[in-house]
Amino acid sequence: METAILAGKTLALDADGNLANRNDWNEEIAKEIAAVEGIPELTSQHWAVINFMRAVFDKEGDSPSIRRLTKESGVDTKTLYQLFPKGPAKRAARIAGLPKPKGCI
Amino acid sequence: MSTPAQPIEKVCIIISKGSLEGVYPGLIMANGARMEGIEASIFFTFFGLDAIIKKRMNNLKVATVGNPAMHMPTVFGAIPGMSSFATSMMKKEMEKIDIPPVGEFLTMIHDSGAEIYACRATVDMFHLKAEDFCPEMDGVISVGQFYEKAAGGQIIFT
Repeated sequence: METAILAGKTLALDADGNLANRNDWNEEIAKEIAAVEGIPELTSQHWAVINFMRAVFDKEGDSPSIRRLTKESGVDTKTLYQLFPKGPAKRAARIAGLPKPKGCI
Repeated sequence: MSTPAQPIEKVCIIISKGSLEGVYPGLIMANGARMEGIEASIFFTFFGLDAIIKKRMNNLKVATVGNPAMHMPTVFGAIPGMSSFATSMMKKEMEKIDIPPVGEFLTMIHDSGAEIYACRATVDMFHLKAEDFCPEMDGVISVGQFYEKAAGGQIIFT
């Protein structure tokens, strides 16, 4: 199994390179993953998306679609793509310590 | 030793059909491309233009005739109201899996940074005007301009 050293701890990763255990996640780790993904600073809007994704995942077992993110997280589509360039759903899920979203939308 | 496959960086999707099932696959693929960080543009041509015409975009119908995958005899498909019925069933199922109506989907795709174009020849043929189109439409372009814009990308015809 792949591992990564994040916030001083060696953590297991899944096949996509996302955290294998959601409980390993904390805000320090999120910041370090974000830096690797080319996002040097997580703003309050980033956190709004990350926390929304985690809340949905806890309840439903999958990350929300972009459409739901746009409608319910309070961050619109344009902003979402600015916050997480190169693929918002996938990037945000990784930073949030969640598996890659399964949905197509 | 084989070289690793190059990831796709850009797609240009052509939507040429105006039925519900003719339009959605292209929209889903364009949106999916943007979600993966892939540059995307959509070129609407022939009856596909209905998807970006304001008055028609949210009234696209499933074709119930001439579609063997509907699994119904053609005469049933031709019964008045059958296409509307099939369409409303399909829209319900799409809503369940979070696929938006055409108008909302186009806004979403456009906001994600994808470009949306109408085919010059079709616009001329159907005598369409700029005001007939949804505001997301970025321009009416010729086939030549389409190929210029598609440079370096993959072209997907639907």
